[in-house]
Amino acid sequence: MIYDVVILGGGPAGLSAAVEAKKDGAENVLILERDRELGGILNQCIHNGFGLHTFNEELTGPEYAERYIHQVTDLGIPYLLNTMVLDLTDNGDLKTIHVINEEDGYTVIQSKAVILTMGCRERTSGAIGIPGYRPSGVFTAGTVQRYINMEGYMPGKEVVILGSGDIGLIMARRMTLEGAHVNAVCELMPYSNGLVRNIVQCLDDYDIPLKLSHTITFIHGKDRIEGVSVSQVDEKMKVIPGTEEYIPCDTLLLSVGLIPENEITRTAGVEMDDRTNGSVVGELRQTSIPGIFACGNVVHVHDLVDFVSEEAVLAGKGAAKYVKGTLDTNVTFTTVNGNGISYVVPQQVAMKNVEENVTFYMRVRQVFKDRVVNAYIGDQLVATKKEKKLLPAEMVNFKIAKDVLAQYPAGEIRFVVEEAKK
Amino acid sequence: MIKELTCINCPMGCQLTVVDKNDDGNYEVTGNTCKRGPKYAINELTNPTRVIPTTVVVRNAMLPRLPVKTAEPIPKGKIFDAMKVINQVVVDAPIKSGDIIIENLLGLGINVVSTKTMAKC
Repeated sequence: MIYDVVILGGGPAGLSAAVEAKKDGAENVLILERDRELGGILNQCIHNGFGLHTFNEELTGPEYAERYIHQVTDLGIPYLLNTMVLDLTDNGDLKTIHVINEEDGYTVIQSKAVILTMGCRERTSGAIGIPGYRPSGVFTAGTVQRYINMEGYMPGKEVVILGSGDIGLIMARRMTLEGAHVNAVCELMPYSNGLVRNIVQCLDDYDIPLKLSHTITFIHGKDRIEGVSVSQVDEKMKVIPGTEEYIPCDTLLLSVGLIPENEITRTAGVEMDDRTNGSVVGELRQTSIPGIFACGNVVHVHDLVDFVSEEAVLAGKGAAKYVKGTLDTNVTFTTVNGNGISYVVPQQVAMKNVEENVTFYMRVRQVFKDRVVNAYIGDQLVATKKEKKLLPAEMVNFKIAKDVLAQYPAGEIRFVVEEAKK
Repeated sequence: MIKELTCINCPMGCQLTVVDKNDDGNYEVTGNTCKRGPKYAINELTNPTRVIPTTVVVRNAMLPRLPVKTAEPIPKGKIFDAMKVINQVVVDAPIKSGDIIIENLLGLGINVVSTKTMAKC
């Protein structure tokens, strides 16, 4: 059997993309998931705060996942669990997906379109190179989240967290609730990498100190971690001598960034963007290989699942259009990250596929206050968005109407942060 | 009295300013971008509350923990008492999302509910 659309990953992006592709007329849709259940990372994110944009109510991760899982089962979309995708190859009109699972062994699946929704994974201690031994008790924050919330293991009692990403902040609260003492959250940057609301409700609520411009300079302990040396850093992120402080702990959590999981994408030959570590995508999340789409954290790391679901709808639409032969391939615009902006997604826009507007997702390079984000085509200002506060941790959504873009024949859309004109 | 707060209702994280001119409980809230802001700010100054998401032990399910939450926010000062009660609970699969796990937690009139459907296995 040849599928219309096969989706690699049953997390939030995969579920939303599958639902949309099916609703838009793709007939044979299949989801491949390596875990024992659908829902992906949402299953371990038991905290509330999901769905405010999508459902206008505050859900926990598992509740949010269940909303989509119900849609998938109601539409009769089949899925394979415990199934690992080994390889994806492009044979023009058909894509070949090599998968393995316990029941069927090694299988080859063929599909007209593929949507990549593998998500991301955490940077590990190896990726940041802290001096010291390699004792037990050093974990990534997401691993501990899974241990505590799903497996029921408590990894330690005296905790230090390095990095102020949202998972680290959420885990500071979670471990405190379960009886651990969180000594400090250390952040190398002079600002937090997590959402402000998480600083308030996860750290401030429990009097957990957030040490900005601080990093861990040594891990003490040989078999089990016994403590960490924490030092202040200057504006160039160099350690300031004499600021070192020893904090005893039995557990160190790392929340130092997420990396899109793109091994399959790369070996398939999809063009990548080194600013996002994800693939280059168009307005309907089409990649450089016709018929291969990508959405969610595998394209760029989002801070809200609601935006992942939203982006996945685009990929679902795109894949359905591709299967029906109505996807336009003529790129009208490319996007450029100008001053103050570190990346923009999508990188390309084919105007014929645009319905009412295009939402551009981007991140700023540093903290800005009372600025505007401007979009230029050539030297023409085409759209502007006022922001009281711009943080690297909070993605900017910049919606531009089709009518506005349609006034320009083609070119580069450049996004920049500028002073607000009075 | 003037107080600065960050609204935690949604990821916008609005910076709220609460002014109580005559210290008589007539709060004036500014800085919010939706109607949830003032309600949060006043609540935060008079009776701060939080939803508690946590887990209970579940038997005969695919995993040994069932995620739960308080169906409504509970007073901040009761969080650790609530955790003690919730951590005593053991339930058996199957469980549906929304099932009541603890009725009337700490006499607050608030239930603890399941946030996940777990089949028996």
